[in-house]
Order: sequence, then structure tokens, then C-alpha cells
Amino acid sequence: MKRQSYEGVVVTAPVSVPYVRYSQETAHWWIARALKQLLDVAGLSPRELDGFSVSSFTLFPDTPVGLTQHLGLSPRWLDSIPMGGASGVVALRRAARAVQAGDVDVVACVAGDANRIDSFRQLLSSFSRFAMDASYPYGSGGPNASFALIADAYMAEYGATREDFGRIAVAQRANALHYPNAIMKSPLTLEQYLSARPISEPFGLFDCVMPCAGAEGFLVMREDEAQRRGLAYARIASTIERHNAFPEDPVQLRGGWVMDVDELYEMAECGPDAIDVLETYDDYPVISMMQFEDLGFCAKGEGPQFVRDRDLTIDGDFPHNTSGGQLSAGQAGAAGGYLGLVEAIRQVTGQAAGTQVAEAKTAMVSGFGMINYDRGLCSSAAIITGAGR
Amino acid sequence: MTDKLLPPKKKNPQLRQRVPTLPPAMRSRAALGLTAAAARGEFSLQHCEDCGAVQYPPRDACSSCLSVKLSWRETGRQGKLIAETRIHASPDPYYRERLPWRSGLVRLDAGPTVLCHLHGDVGRGDTLRMDLKLDKAGQGAMIALPVERTPDMADDPQLRSLTADPKHRRILITDIRSPMTRPLIDGLLAAGAAHVFVGQSESWRRGSDHEAIAALDKVSVVQLDVTDASSVQRLAAEIGGKTDILINTARFVRPGGVLGADTVFAREEFETNALGLMRLAQAFGPGMASRTADGVNSAVALVNLLSVHALSADPHYGAFSASQSAALSISQTLRSEFRSSGLRVINVFTGPTDDEWHQPLPPPKVPPKALAKSVLTALGEGLEDVFCGDVAKDLQERWRKDAKVLERELTGGGA
Repeated sequence: MKRQSYEGVVVTAPVSVPYVRYSQETAHWWIARALKQLLDVAGLSPRELDGFSVSSFTLFPDTPVGLTQHLGLSPRWLDSIPMGGASGVVALRRAARAVQAGDVDVVACVAGDANRIDSFRQLLSSFSRFAMDASYPYGSGGPNASFALIADAYMAEYGATREDFGRIAVAQRANALHYPNAIMKSPLTLEQYLSARPISEPFGLFDCVMPCAGAEGFLVMREDEAQRRGLAYARIASTIERHNAFPEDPVQLRGGWVMDVDELYEMAECGPDAIDVLETYDDYPVISMMQFEDLGFCAKGEGPQFVRDRDLTIDGDFPHNTSGGQLSAGQAGAAGGYLGLVEAIRQVTGQAAGTQVAEAKTAMVSGFGMINYDRGLCSSAAIITGAGR
Repeated sequence: MTDKLLPPKKKNPQLRQRVPTLPPAMRSRAALGLTAAAARGEFSLQHCEDCGAVQYPPRDACSSCLSVKLSWRETGRQGKLIAETRIHASPDPYYRERLPWRSGLVRLDAGPTVLCHLHGDVGRGDTLRMDLKLDKAGQGAMIALPVERTPDMADDPQLRSLTADPKHRRILITDIRSPMTRPLIDGLLAAGAAHVFVGQSESWRRGSDHEAIAALDKVSVVQLDVTDASSVQRLAAEIGGKTDILINTARFVRPGGVLGADTVFAREEFETNALGLMRLAQAFGPGMASRTADGVNSAVALVNLLSVHALSADPHYGAFSASQSAALSISQTLRSEFRSSGLRVINVFTGPTDDEWHQPLPPPKVPPKALAKSVLTALGEGLEDVFCGDVAKDLQERWRKDAKVLERELTGGGA
């Protein structure tokens, strides 16, 4: 059956709570701050909000149910998206359908996480059952080691070099210098990238994100509702989501996007050329390179040549991760799965300030999440347009 | 090729001794199947009984057909290394002290991809042999080994952390009069042991090979009576700080059932075989447990010799079987008590041994040399339960299949 369009539903009110490397504050605190911003922008009181979608790794022992009482909400539609880096797009597509069906009027989508001293180690050691049984005990390198293995196999298969990955990281740092909330404030050269201390070979320090605390959020509502409230909004052209794609692949050299990318473009009635800004999930540059390929910006295995030929900065011919991505803005847990989407909404609604790409009308956001054992299981992507501006 | 492991330098007593830490120890119930296989030296994975698909990581339902009938079966060890990394940063206290640490992805010929430790001689693209071993936390861990054995391959630091290799270690064997003591000493010295202490309980009643043993290089005979707490404590005070492996060969055995037997002999069997182990563990255990991270010659294992009738009684050796069951039970508690230190408790089970006390029994009987070899294998491979000889292996298989049927067979009633 042909999928229905998201006509009449929009995404609006991109908010970010500036990240902190370590903080004593809880996930509840970070989520509350993002939610407050969202409601202030929309002119809603907490009791009036009827839809709430939450992504967080550090709410334990609470769930979003507990959050409703903690934060004084009485929603008639509540969702919990435990999909790490894929959470933003997945929250968006579920909220959009609920709004479209009339089950809810306004959904506040929020991702936020705490980062206390040593909490990252505790998160890693019990991240998933397969990780606990079959990956964490093998050197306890966490996701750095797991993705290093993927990078090692990718380099061997397609001839990518550390310089190729470095080009992505260096461009993102240049972008981050224009994004005031970025954790990283100083420029990065390719030489610095290449000579950084090794973390898990082939990865060095600048292949890895910095875990921190923070929150991101946006609102999903009907277009008339956004207009009534005077909010700049973006339309949702298409979305995809996939889990545990290609389980027979011995090592992950492609993500789930490959299964659904044709439908993504078909539904949006455009091709890769129409994308003005791309926000990929960059837990590591190699994963962004994989997304360039799997989302159709170049053929499989041509990612290395693609980054040699293109300029990935805000003013370049292929603006990518314009707020610096997680590599330079920081990774605030599940908020890392929102960072690109929040930035994309800003871009197509002309609210990106220092990182604004000129004439950005159409943006693609892709998400990737949850290294359960040896590979990331969740992939997602969305195309949004700023026609409502 | 692996670099030869050099003997440790003399320790500076003013430096702080490294405190034992463990690699991550938490596992799901399903994953304990790996631990059980590793303890026995098997390479077993879950196989789906309905569709035959081999599963990894361990799970509760088949990822091909959703059947919940998964059984652990010996699986081909062959595979190919498809990715490797060298980890330089870890938040885990155990690995932080041992960086860099290599790990890799192996595509097993049997199907699944396994994330594993890497032996230093294995690199991307290599075909290799996968092994399951117990790590310091006592949990099953996968390591990729070269297909061909190389001379010093056991010296590889990642492999050595998964074994109880005697090389450069100091060993106490508790009873010089056990017939297996001499071949055991020879084997340990050949494996590179630094020194072997051998206990003698009654200096007025020496065995025929006493002089030969006492004259060996790197061997000292020491006074030790495992039935006497103060004797055990005296020796522990003297050499406990340099005992890296303790092998308890002391045993007292008399034939006879329960109804007609003298309880004096039964008491002696319990004093030596069960309480002797307890005394040794109490005197030597805490010191050894504090030294499990102490460099090349760190403390690593306590080895028990047990009759396989610890599992199910031989009515012709009734009280002796009971003492062996008691010793087995004590060893299980010791495993729990040494868990936090990583000190391994190894049980080597044997059938009837070829000695005076089993003289009327028919073969096969276990010669002392074979028993010594099993102990060396257990140490070198890092096993936890070893069954030596055909009788012990057979009995263990029958016990795992159905303990009640075995009991009935042993107590009369089998055809």
C-alpha cells in the first residue's frame, strides 16, 4: 500500500539546552528545561500539553510515565522512544501520525540525559544483554571499540583512510565554531586529527564524541495550530525507519537506510540533489560516510572519494552537520539522536543564525542507534522542507 | 610470534602490590552456557533443534525460526578474522591496567560473528582457531588463537590472563608420598615452573622416591600435615607469600562400604580429604587471593585431586566417596569465596588410580603419569573441571545425562 503523506502536520520550535561535560543534575532536570522552553515558545501551560514523547537513557528507575507526575503533565498521548541515535526521526514520525489522526493536538518531543562522573561506565556495562554477555567483557572499550572494528573492516573493504574520516571531523569542527552551544570551541586541523592519541585503532581522539549532559526538543502539531501560534515551521516530506537490517552481514558495512532509501525519496518526490543540508548521525565519521553512501549521495564504497571532492562546511557545496554534529557539539545521550533534527528544523525555517546555510529549503536528517552487540541496529531518516516559512 | 615471557624481577617490598580487579562479570543466564563449556574445555554454542542454526551471542530463542529449543553442542572452532582493533582507552578498572588490549570480529565457519580477544599472532584475514576460556571473573570468554601452535604462544599476555600456566610460578604440592607427585614435579619443571615445594607429613616414614625428589634442582621438601591446622599454618607463614599454585595431592583412602566400615578410617578420610582442603584454603587462600594481580608470578590457582565418585558414590569405597563429595562441596564454596580475587579453584576428577588401595579393581585404572598430565593440562588451558581417564570421563557423561540412572547402576541394578 502506498504510504500516506504527512500533509497538514508540521514540526516546529527547535530548542536546545546547552550541554555540560559533567553535571550533577538528573535526566528529569534536563528534560524539564527543554520542555519549559518548548511550552514557552508555543504559549502552552504544562497542563494544557496533550502529547509527550521522551527519549532518555538515564531516567531509571523512572519511565516517561513517572515524568508526567514529576513534571505536572496530563497528556492523552505518551510515547517513549528508546532508540538512541535514531530517536529524533522516530519520535517525529510517530508524533506526526498521531497528530494527523487527531489522537493528539500538540506533541512535545524531548530527548535529554544526565552525565555524572562514572555514569557513562555504568551505562556501558549494562547497555544491552548482548553487550553485557558478548562485547563489553572483551576489553571494555565500549562503542569506541565496537565501531573501531566496523571502521577497520570498512577501510579494508573500500580503501578509506584516516585522512578521509578526518575530513569529516575537521569540517564539522569548522561548523561548530559558528554554533554557540558546541562543547568544542577551538579549531581542529587535519594534522591534529591524525596525530591525536589513539583510542581504539583505527580511531583516535577526534573520531570519538564527548559524552555530556544536555537536552534537545521540538513540537509536532497541525499546520493551522502552528500558524495560529505564530510559529515558524517545517513540513515533513517523508520518513523511514528500520531495525536489525541485513542480519546476515558478517560485519556492518551498510545500515538499514539501504532497505528504505528509495521510498524516502519517492515519498518526498525528490532526489539527493534536492537536499540543501544534510544532518547525519555522527557517532563516528565512518558512520557519516556510510550514510553518504546508503542515502544515495554517492555509490557504495565511494564515500572516501566523495569527501575528498566535496566541501562539507556551512558555506561549502555539501553542507553537512552544520552545528558541528556530536563530534564537536557533544553527545548528550539520547539528545544526540535529536541534535541533527533540531538543527535541520532551524535551517529550513531560517533560525540557524551563525550556522545558517543560504537558501536552505530542504534538509535531510538521518539517525542511527543502539549498538546492541556488534552493530548499530536502528536506522532512520527524514526529509523536511521549510515551505511554511 | 609471541615474545618469550621473561622471569619476573625480584619484587621491591616497598612498592604497593597491585590489587586484584576483575573484568566485567555480569552475564545473562543463557551466557552461563559459555562459562560451563569453558570450565570443561569445550567449544560449545547453542544450536537450534528445529532448524539447526547456530546462535551467538547466547539467547533464548532461535534468530532464524523463533524456536525456543536451543541446545549447547560442540561446534567447529574454525573461523576467519574480519576486523581487529587495539583498545587504548577503557573506563573499566581491570582493562585500564592492561591496555592496550586487542579484540576482533571472527566469522565462524559455523555461521555467527563472534567478538573476541585476540592472541598476538592473529591478524585480519587470518584463519584461526577459536577457544572458550574462563577469564579472571570466572566467566566464559572467546579468544582467537593461531591454527598452528607456536613454541611460546602461551606467553601471550591476553592468553596467559585466561590460563593458570605454571611458567615462572612457584608451586606447592601437598603430599610427597602420592604416586603422582614425581611425574607432576617433572611436568611442572618442564613447563617452566620457578620452584616446587613438596610437603611431607611424616618424616620417619619416607617413600622410596623421597631422596630422588629432595635432590632435584628447584625443588624443596617442606614439613606439612594437612590434618594438623598448626602444621598448615606454619608452612603458610613461611611460604604462603610465594605460593602461586597449590596442588593438593594429599588423600587417605580405605576400601569398604558404610555398614561394615570402621569410623576411625572414615574420620581419617574426612580429616585428610575434606577438612585438609579446608585447612589449606584457610591458611593459604587469603594470601593467594591478595596476590592474583601481582605480575608474572601472580597467584593463580588452587588444584584439588578428587575421585569421580564425588559425583556419585562407589559403594565399595563408601566413606571415601563421602569424603570426596564433601571435598567437592567445599571446593564449590571456595570458588564463590575466591571469586572476587580471580583465584581459580580447579578440580581434577579421576577414576580408580593404579595404586595399592585400588589393587583388586579391574582396569582401566589411571596411572600417576596420566593424572599428572591432566593437572598440567588444567593449568595450561585454564580449565575448572577436568576428568582424567576413561572411567572418570564415562562416569561424568552418565552423571550429566541422568544422575539417578547412574546411581542405580553404581549401586547394583544395571544389567
